[in-house]
Amino acid sequence: MKPSTRRRLFRGSLYVILVAAIAALLLSANWKEIKYNFLDVEIAKQLFPAIIITAAKNTVVYTAIAFAGGLLLGLLLALMKLAPVGPYRWIATAYIETFRGLPALLVIFGFAFAVPTAFASWDPPGGSASSGLIGLILVSAAYIAETIRAGIQAVPAGQREAARSLGMAPGWTMISVVLPQAFRIITPPLTNELVIIIKDTSLLFIAGMALGDRELTVFARDSLSQFGNSTPLIVAGLMYLVITLPLTQLVAKLERHQNRGR
Amino acid sequence: MNAQESAPAHPAIEVRNLHKSFGDNEVLTGIDFHVGQGEVVCVIGPSGSGKSTLLRCVNRLEEPTSGTILVEGIDITDPETDLNKIRTRIGMVFQQFNLFPHLDVLDNLVLAQRRAKKRGKTEARRIARQNLEKVGLADRADAFPSQLSGGQQQRVAIARALSMDPDMMLFDEPTSALDPELVGDVLAVMRRLVDEGMTMMVVTHEMGFAREVGDRVVFMDGGVVVEQGKPDDVLGNPQHERTRGFLSKVL
Repeated sequence: MKPSTRRRLFRGSLYVILVAAIAALLLSANWKEIKYNFLDVEIAKQLFPAIIITAAKNTVVYTAIAFAGGLLLGLLLALMKLAPVGPYRWIATAYIETFRGLPALLVIFGFAFAVPTAFASWDPPGGSASSGLIGLILVSAAYIAETIRAGIQAVPAGQREAARSLGMAPGWTMISVVLPQAFRIITPPLTNELVIIIKDTSLLFIAGMALGDRELTVFARDSLSQFGNSTPLIVAGLMYLVITLPLTQLVAKLERHQNRGR
Repeated sequence: MNAQESAPAHPAIEVRNLHKSFGDNEVLTGIDFHVGQGEVVCVIGPSGSGKSTLLRCVNRLEEPTSGTILVEGIDITDPETDLNKIRTRIGMVFQQFNLFPHLDVLDNLVLAQRRAKKRGKTEARRIARQNLEKVGLADRADAFPSQLSGGQQQRVAIARALSMDPDMMLFDEPTSALDPELVGDVLAVMRRLVDEGMTMMVVTHEMGFAREVGDRVVFMDGGVVVEQGKPDDVLGNPQHERTRGFLSKVL
């Protein structure tokens, strides 16, 4: 057999296996049940517009708050971890190791219930949803801190030396020279963090929330009980993709744009 | 009254008994070295001889292990010295250029003027453009470093250092990372600085440059100054065996 024939045969059989597997999956599925339980168009229609103006909106708002809070606290922790003074490094390390080691669900639960029980004065505006949100910020900050620290350390030493040799103070060197380059370097992993946070807002359900505070997952669960049908889960899933896909595309575009300055 | 007394009181750079170790590795083993006002001193020597370390100690990018370094009479090893202020008076040019890649050429020149010299935006930009003009790159003010050749980047780096109005310039192998055909442009800019009377300390492998524009050549090996003197003497008629050995390899 000629090598080219063998190659064509091999590729052809790969396609055959793929098509066969998909066909087997589609044929073995119980379409009647699927259509009834998950793809009920009438039920899907009733979810709108609430699923957008309340649920998707809240998911986006919670994500924005958790990411912004995580960035700020993460930056602080990263700088502490690189501080010349020992105790700052120890505190940052202890924090990061603790919150990276705990399940996000547990931390959110803790801030929604354990902390209010322990401290009677704990009463953040926005009720239990925002208590849970604080838990989410604390967890994301731990991951983001490590990402930012890696980014800062990835900026070549010559950059810092150049800035210092020009007489710039350490603070200005960090703000004007090191951090802008560090954030360019870590744009891809930060995007990852952002997408993870979008999905982790679904864990806020454990905090329990008022009707107007519901995000996509809680909304879908409530609708599921209300209609006795699983279609809302599918719709909510699609909504998550509607949020995440354009976002990752946008960041990819941003990255290409920034590459001109590297 | 004689000419001696009207001259500036302090040499630009004065190094006394400088030691520098990296861990167990002693790189500088008791250096005495000076650069006079307006003098151009070229430091040559094999790699690992400590010449770059000496230069980096002068603006304290490296922390000396012991010894004294005076810049215009001010002890920069004194913890009370305002290092940032002294550094604005010492321009430094690196082998790897170290331009800020996230800023365009003009902002590379403006940044430290604003942050360290507290100049206004308009003034900083005017000075930046003057210095770009000087290195022949006025038309590249809007380019990013990645869009420039190595030779252009190094000329921007020189312009960036000049924008701080330094009293002296330190060059750390400024042409070593350049393609051979780009070396000439950078040396031309440096020659021009020499003509303007700039005080310069140049760590270099460009023997031709050292001979042509240097007031003095210092040969270092093994962490000490082995020999120094007029370029023609050191390069043309070296007194020490180690100098001869080195020059026979590079000339």
